[in-house]
Amino acid sequence: MARRYDSSTTTFSPEGRLHQVEYAIEAINNAGTCVGILAKDGVVMASEKRVTSGLLAPTKSSEKTYKLCQHAACNVAGLTADANILIDQARLRAGRYEYQYCEQIPIEQLVEHVCNYKQAYTQYGGLRPFGVAFLFAGYDAHHGFQLYQSDPSGNYSGWKATVIGANNQAGKSLLKNEYGSSSEEKEGEMKVEGAAEEIAMPDVNEALRLAVKVLNKTMDATATSPEKMELFVMSLKDGACVHKILNKDETQKVIDEVEAESSAAGDS
Amino acid sequence: MDTVIGVQYEGGVILAADQSNARSILTYQSNLDKITKLSPSSALAVSGPNSDLVNFSEYISKNISLYQLSNDGLQLSTHAQANYCRGELATALRKGPYQVNCLLGGYDAPSGKGKGSLYWMDNYAALSKVNYGCQGYASNFCLSIMDRDWTEGLDQDQAVAIVDKCIRELEVRFVMSQPNFIVKVVDKDGVRTLKFGADPADN
Repeated sequence: MARRYDSSTTTFSPEGRLHQVEYAIEAINNAGTCVGILAKDGVVMASEKRVTSGLLAPTKSSEKTYKLCQHAACNVAGLTADANILIDQARLRAGRYEYQYCEQIPIEQLVEHVCNYKQAYTQYGGLRPFGVAFLFAGYDAHHGFQLYQSDPSGNYSGWKATVIGANNQAGKSLLKNEYGSSSEEKEGEMKVEGAAEEIAMPDVNEALRLAVKVLNKTMDATATSPEKMELFVMSLKDGACVHKILNKDETQKVIDEVEAESSAAGDS
Repeated sequence: MDTVIGVQYEGGVILAADQSNARSILTYQSNLDKITKLSPSSALAVSGPNSDLVNFSEYISKNISLYQLSNDGLQLSTHAQANYCRGELATALRKGPYQVNCLLGGYDAPSGKGKGSLYWMDNYAALSKVNYGCQGYASNFCLSIMDRDWTEGLDQDQAVAIVDKCIRELEVRFVMSQPNFIVKVVDKDGVRTLKFGADPADN
């Protein structure tokens, strides 16, 4: 019924919707899940790796996590080819800002720039939108560590914790219940309902465990292993940002810790 | 020839400039304010032909305001503002240079640096962070005074005293008569005028 308003990005439907943009957002719901969690001493991004073939010889260090500049990185869900264009844009913008001001670009400005670029493809030229959603993790002196999510429409928002990609609703509901309440606190203190200020931010290690827990829920396979996921941590060391993708042993360690936690919780 | 003087102290920067607007044998104006506020805690003191002086100051100050408006009130640090300013001079250099020499003084709140910083910029787009500086013929007379009297950890009164000393030296030894000077302070409370020889607001 809305078919004739579907094909062109630059046409509103009678209900006031841009169908092409909505379809682009749908495309991402089939992509590998990415979880982002803001911690008090860093940002964690965990993603599901979809290994399509054992014959693959990957050239990049990661298919999901990309460094944008010294103090920002992003995770991709969606069409990788589309993502590459946008990542180039982000890197250029970060570099040009530093060239102009001799200072690091504030994260929100970087995110907004990428999003404005995406928005243009929903309004001009009859080109299709980018089929990519991003999780941006970054640090700046103004607002500390930050996590942003953006989608093909060019909309973005800041989050304490969020999920994009396949089964993101399940992931989000888990985060809603579990973010900000560490297992130690649950026993002693009363949780104030609906008071956002009472949320206790996890530290990076707690955030890693929570991220793996979310991935466990969203991923199809019942058994999780380090090959199927990628864990990324951004933290500060000596005033400079450190980007780290956990190696196989470190990933296994987090998976084991989550396993231990859940069996302990099961017992009590 | 314009005189522009700047002294950085613990907690801010003092900027001073002469107030005359003259060409050849004619004085057009003797109450010109050559120090432009750029942001709530920074100012740019400029010397050069009046056309470029005004054009450049306004261009920089409006662009810095635009940044703040576009980014939810976020303020650029003094270091970033100085590099931006220098970048504009550099871009124009091989097209149609701004014939201005500037001193940019700003204060960064403790989360940034917690102190005043002063940047010296010339019309060839050189940039240098300095503790004190001058533009114009004043350098010949005043730099040696500042070399001798400036130390780390001055307070506002001491910094103003150094500026006053420089101005008095120019009155005695500089051949051109510069009857009026305007002196401004940039610190945690913002940019304000300490004193002037002639009120810039007088028409």
